[in-house]
Amino acid sequence: MGIGERMTIQKTSIDSAVVRFAGDSGDGMQLTGGQFSSTSAWFGNDLATLPDYPAEIRAPKGTLFGVSGFQLQFAAQDIRTPGDQPDALVVMNPAALKVNLDDLRPGGVLVCDEDAFNKRNLQKAGYEANPLDDPSLKERYRVYSIALTKMAVNIGKETGLGNRDAERAKNMVALGLMYWLYDRPMSLTEQWLKSKFGRKPEILETNLRALRQGYAFGETAELFAERYEVVKQSDTQAGIYRNITGNQATALGMVAAGELSNRSVFLGSYPITPASDILHEMSRHKDFGVVTFQAEDEIAGICSAIGAAWAGGCAWTTTSGPGIALKSEAMGLALAAEIPMVIINVQRGGPSTGLPTKTEQSDLLQCLYGRNGDSPMPIVAAASPGDCFYAAIEATRIAQRYVTPVILLTDGYLANGAEPFLIPDVDSLPTIHSPGYDGTAEDYEPYRRNDDLARPWIAAGTPDLHHRIGGLERAENTGHISYMPDNHQRMTELRAAKVEKIAEDLPPLEIVGAESGDLLVIGWGGTWGAITTAVKTLHGSGKSVGSVHLRHLNPLPADLGEIIGRYKKVVVPELNNGQLIRLVREKYLVDAKGINKIQGKPFFETELVEKLSAHLED
Amino acid sequence: MTEQPQLKAKDYKSDQEVRWCPGCGDYAILSNIQKAVAATGLPREKHLFVSGIGCSSRFPFYMETWGFHTIHGRAPAFATGAKLQNPESCVWVVTGDGDGLSIGGNHLLHLMRRNVDVQLLLFNNEIYGLTKGQYSPTSGVGLVTKSTPMGSIDEPVSPARLALGANASFFARVIDTDHKSSAEIYRRAVEHKGTAVIEILQNCVIFNDGVFDHITDKKTAKENQLHLVQGEPLRFGAESDKGIALVNNQPTVVTVGENGITEADLIVHDEQAGAFYGGLLAGMDSQTFPAPLGVLWAHDRLSYEQQAHEQVGKAKARPGAGDLHRLLHAADTWVVE
Repeated sequence: MGIGERMTIQKTSIDSAVVRFAGDSGDGMQLTGGQFSSTSAWFGNDLATLPDYPAEIRAPKGTLFGVSGFQLQFAAQDIRTPGDQPDALVVMNPAALKVNLDDLRPGGVLVCDEDAFNKRNLQKAGYEANPLDDPSLKERYRVYSIALTKMAVNIGKETGLGNRDAERAKNMVALGLMYWLYDRPMSLTEQWLKSKFGRKPEILETNLRALRQGYAFGETAELFAERYEVVKQSDTQAGIYRNITGNQATALGMVAAGELSNRSVFLGSYPITPASDILHEMSRHKDFGVVTFQAEDEIAGICSAIGAAWAGGCAWTTTSGPGIALKSEAMGLALAAEIPMVIINVQRGGPSTGLPTKTEQSDLLQCLYGRNGDSPMPIVAAASPGDCFYAAIEATRIAQRYVTPVILLTDGYLANGAEPFLIPDVDSLPTIHSPGYDGTAEDYEPYRRNDDLARPWIAAGTPDLHHRIGGLERAENTGHISYMPDNHQRMTELRAAKVEKIAEDLPPLEIVGAESGDLLVIGWGGTWGAITTAVKTLHGSGKSVGSVHLRHLNPLPADLGEIIGRYKKVVVPELNNGQLIRLVREKYLVDAKGINKIQGKPFFETELVEKLSAHLED
Repeated sequence: MTEQPQLKAKDYKSDQEVRWCPGCGDYAILSNIQKAVAATGLPREKHLFVSGIGCSSRFPFYMETWGFHTIHGRAPAFATGAKLQNPESCVWVVTGDGDGLSIGGNHLLHLMRRNVDVQLLLFNNEIYGLTKGQYSPTSGVGLVTKSTPMGSIDEPVSPARLALGANASFFARVIDTDHKSSAEIYRRAVEHKGTAVIEILQNCVIFNDGVFDHITDKKTAKENQLHLVQGEPLRFGAESDKGIALVNNQPTVVTVGENGITEADLIVHDEQAGAFYGGLLAGMDSQTFPAPLGVLWAHDRLSYEQQAHEQVGKAKARPGAGDLHRLLHAADTWVVE
């Protein structure tokens, strides 16, 4: 840090903090939040992030629906969520204030760009008077109304950058100020600016100065009575870490799965929010032999992947809910013909186009049942951004071992959220095997099954073992077309038994909190952080609560029924109108209760603690 | 692998019972393709047949090769994935006018514009057969079918003009039972590096019998078939005295020796002439002109999988390529002791 500290400002050490940046979708809030996250991760805090952006690329300026936000929690100890209420909120215009103010913790820090609070912007946000002039605002929060835009424009005058371009550096002023407030180093962002704007010296200089001026402003303006320090996490597992988003982790998991199965990776995909970043990321890894194919539509995306898997590739298609609807027929074909590949669904709010940029867990039943005929398909779900890496490998393991299509569920919250990721030793990752055939061509039968009930996976183009496959029902073992009644029943049962068999080989569930007692919480997917934290909080305060988090949704783990039996009550929190709960109630005949949030937002720890407490007292 | 003897057409007959209607044009196509596949001299495993849904799409089951009977209209997408994964294979896409031009029109369009190196066999019988006789996207206006009791009001699509719009690099047309032309055209299609579209005029004896009689009937064939030969003038007719010439910038049927017309006035066929000439051939309607048969156009353009793998090859040549450890660490990292 280049700037000395003045003794007059007190530095308070805190365990964790929640900061949210909010502004117009053109104000660079995602980038600002991303920088704050990278710096905090690099500094050694645990962290979790929640980007929240509008579906419109550049919504009309200053409007409520154009507000883009980025929240993160960083801490000196283990955390699993981006936090419930911000301790500090930065707003770049009146609309951002209006949309976000209710979330700010009473007594929290509110930093506003006062230059943006002009008549036009106030009108667009629906304010009749300037809320910054309202004395009650200052009673509830610690308000810092600062001329961020003017500071950026003035820097532009020094560096020779025009007002329009200079103004854009106001986010760096805000970032610098927040770095000062939370005692963060600026060096990582400085490096990043240099790499990004290396060829545009005026822009680089303006941004660097803006960042430093924001930092210095905190130091010298004598507005702030205190600043905060969130020390490095001390109980972290040793190793090398990086910051990672769910979509990045998914992509790296896909590349790794190809290496671990010793097969070249093929991704057939059609752009869709919030899954497109996986396609972008994968298209940069051609050096692993990865072939990415941006198809003409969702259907061609999966069909090309099935074609590639037929020819022996480690094949994937990536999409979100509406894309699954389009891919369903092809998913049925992959299932019927028994072709190994993975379908990734980065879930978003539905039905229909729904809430493209918001998170939800409402595609579970679609993925489980959304095909014609009896068509069981294994489903794996990721629990955190970094876990997407391992979930992608696990989905591939199942697909290739059991020779079946597998669905991997992530969601918008995991996809765009980030956390520190302990980089694994490549040699520690599991190798992935698929059944082959080493007999004679005369004895070969394409649908003869092994002990896993899997058929051999022989790449199209292999000498001597050529055969025909398709969507018509096929005879057991030979694979010839068959309309025989008994054969169809037998094949339907075999396809179901094969998927059920996967459960025999799953590791035992891990229980958080009480191993038996009053209340079992069953979760799945991206709610892991909030549920685990809430259950630990309750258990720590003496409540008889435990939780299990399901990675495998189909088949369900073999020990789940026995675990359910150890508790008096079962609660299933989900970001949908009740989907896993139906499976639990149906399969285990237990009167499970749901906690259902369908707002396009993740669970807050506090709301889960509150609602689970109510179930305990019931 | 042991040295394989040269395979013959019969070696490509699978043990599956062929289930097309007696008299269906598909039998002739199957026989011609089995000969064509044998004629390639490629090892058997190189041939991948991919089809969609419909009468024509049963085709892979009757070929003693690798085969994939997929879902309605999507065969081009499956074939694209298979060809990208296994660029050494010889991929055949089998589709029909319903499968390829209706439900699968989008995929056909994109296959052609990308120029994936496959042979696309478009069985055109101007009717839906497997669903038992509804009009198809190539059926003529006015066709009375089960779903159009008062006649179809849909303007038919022209496969050749669609192919032209997608910049397909090879387009040929052949009659199902024309064994001699078939052998030559399929050979050319396999040699072509890119999407080779072959429109096969195929007679459906049950639901649209005789729809191409005006072209195929032996009595009138010479008047109504225009066999395209590279570098030769566009000539046809029982006496081979008719031809196509540009009159007032319009392609026009003329008779050599009449009105001062000589052979020098006739248009000379050039497969590589480009889209303008391709459009002229594609636009020759059957009311006014004989049907152009043979290779309408063929031009060289890099194939899709070739370009895709060139990019992969370039990326693999970079220092540190394909190192998973390196990839996982390719970010700002920090060490926790």
